[in-house]
Amino acid sequence: MSLIDAIRLALTQIRVQKLKSFFTLLGVTIGVMFLIAVVSIVNGMSKYVEEDFAAKFLGVNTFTLRRFPNFQNGNVTEATWREWQRRPVITSEDADAIREALPTGAHWAMQDMRYATPASQYRNSGPQAMVAAVSAEYFLIKNLEVERGRVFTEQEEQIGQPVVVLGSETAETYFPNIDPLGKEIRLEGLPFRVIGVLKKQGSTFGISLDRQAIGPFHSDMRRVTHARMGIDGVLVQGSDVGNLQDSEEAAREVMRRRHHLRPADPDNFMFETSESALGFWQGIKQVLVIGGIVLPAIGLVVGAIVIMNIMLVAVADRTREIGIRKALGARRRDIMWQFLVESATLSIFGAILGIALGFGLSALIKSVTPLPSSVALWSIVVSVFLGAGVGIIAGIYPASRASRLDPILALRSD
Amino acid sequence: MSLIEQQIAMSTTAERQVVTGAPGAAPSADWVIVTRGITRDYDMGGEVVHALRGVEIAVRRNEYVAIMGPSGSGKSTLMNLIGCLDTPSAGEYWLNGELVSRMADDELARVRNREIGFVFQTFNLLPRATAQQNVELPLVYAGVSAAERKARAKEALERVQLGDRRDHRPNELSGGQRQRVAIARALVNRPAILLADEPTGNLDSTTSEEIMRVFEGLASSGQTVIMVTHEPDIAAHARRVVVLRDGRISSDETRETFLATLNARV
Repeated sequence: MSLIDAIRLALTQIRVQKLKSFFTLLGVTIGVMFLIAVVSIVNGMSKYVEEDFAAKFLGVNTFTLRRFPNFQNGNVTEATWREWQRRPVITSEDADAIREALPTGAHWAMQDMRYATPASQYRNSGPQAMVAAVSAEYFLIKNLEVERGRVFTEQEEQIGQPVVVLGSETAETYFPNIDPLGKEIRLEGLPFRVIGVLKKQGSTFGISLDRQAIGPFHSDMRRVTHARMGIDGVLVQGSDVGNLQDSEEAAREVMRRRHHLRPADPDNFMFETSESALGFWQGIKQVLVIGGIVLPAIGLVVGAIVIMNIMLVAVADRTREIGIRKALGARRRDIMWQFLVESATLSIFGAILGIALGFGLSALIKSVTPLPSSVALWSIVVSVFLGAGVGIIAGIYPASRASRLDPILALRSD
Repeated sequence: MSLIEQQIAMSTTAERQVVTGAPGAAPSADWVIVTRGITRDYDMGGEVVHALRGVEIAVRRNEYVAIMGPSGSGKSTLMNLIGCLDTPSAGEYWLNGELVSRMADDELARVRNREIGFVFQTFNLLPRATAQQNVELPLVYAGVSAAERKARAKEALERVQLGDRRDHRPNELSGGQRQRVAIARALVNRPAILLADEPTGNLDSTTSEEIMRVFEGLASSGQTVIMVTHEPDIAAHARRVVVLRDGRISSDETRETFLATLNARV
């Protein structure tokens, strides 16, 4: 019997017993649905976190020297927290010293941030903006581009010009339908002249990246961010991976010297890189991947057991049919083949249904939660093969029983 | 007296008094069935039942033979052996020049497919398949292409006057029509023998006559027909009647002698 004949036969059998077939498929369907959904969530989040989030928040090929981590991996113990609080703050003098020590090719910027409510002559209340007092190269390192106007220059930063570059949302809010360039905006009561508006960036984890106000570090902006109490960090971008490592070593040496650490003392500052910040994500991803393996595996095992049982029942129900087929010349392998193809077809149907439901679940998650999710092509291919595999494995025993039936006895059964 | 000589002695026509060959040697081409001392023992929980105790039958091409016998005579066992659904415990069975008594499962399946057309008492049609699909079934296992299957099944159904019922399922057909579908299915692969097991057992007398006329027509056109039955008036349609008793052949005669014996007994 050819494959086409066997598949046609299997489809007839499935069509005749629609409801029974449906319940038979359920296990495989659920397994595959979870597989598709979990993989698509992990896939979507990975893409989002590793490309989007990491690039927007941390920049490419960069590290940030900080007092203690901004992104924490899991829970921090009380003792660790207290140790962090005892650490000396990082000052703009530290930042300048690091700049001196950096290898050529590396970019450097200090940054200090604080939330504040801006005010303009058009609007004096509204959502807060992330106010940043930074060096001129900050825009380069963070890959921030203006939509209108310009960013401030090195010289403007050095002499402390009271200028500001706004995020698109902040600009829109405080200058509704008005060109903000050249206008004044007040932060903590201090006036700044708007010289540029950043391109729209969207949001990450619900935090809008478009509510920003970035000004020169040496201007009044550092008063807005209270830089006297220490700065958030020093941002360094290497020209390549090697340059970044050299930069990190140079910065570590400077900081250890400035903090008077003995060789045996641990660092009392830290370097945040996109990998270290993404450590928390790796943890979440692991749990999700384990869930993504365990849930479908349970579904598929249950599915296989159900299919095996249903196929055993089918063999018993169709003993006479098997007898007839054997009498008419079906060999053992023909009967085996027939039931294996039937079992595999059934299971593949289940997998296809599961893929459809997985797509649905993935779309649902996307629409009701902020979690992004995108279906991975490979998970569809894997699902179809898993479906076929489960069907074939579950079908082997029933099919071999069917193939070994004695035609004389089989013909006599009702 | 050897078993072969016994059978020859029992034969009543000159035609049958031809030596069919020595044990181990293939019979000449005009013999479609030759059995040499076949036995079949069943192990029924430690007790051995001798269903057949050395049966010698030789059937020429184009013969129309009825095998009769009361229940327990071994006629079902003989039918299973002739139909290659089973193999003998001892002895030789030559079918159409092939020694089938020592064949393995898959070879037997091939022989059933090519050489034997079964007609059963209970029709044994697949209930969910149409008449056409039922008739195509042996061709599926013969590896015939879909187009050719369709054409040959159509031709076979037309031969049994069911050309207009091809798309009907068995439950939409009368008993006689179902049996004719089964006959079409048996003939579709042009088998060496048509093997019918109580073909009229589930039919009323009018329909039985109709089926017997189909058999008669097939026999006249040159098809070898072997029919197992326990009804003497059905057996009387055949041209030769073999009677089994206690696992042995008790008589093997022409229709005329069989009828004469039958009438004499009544």
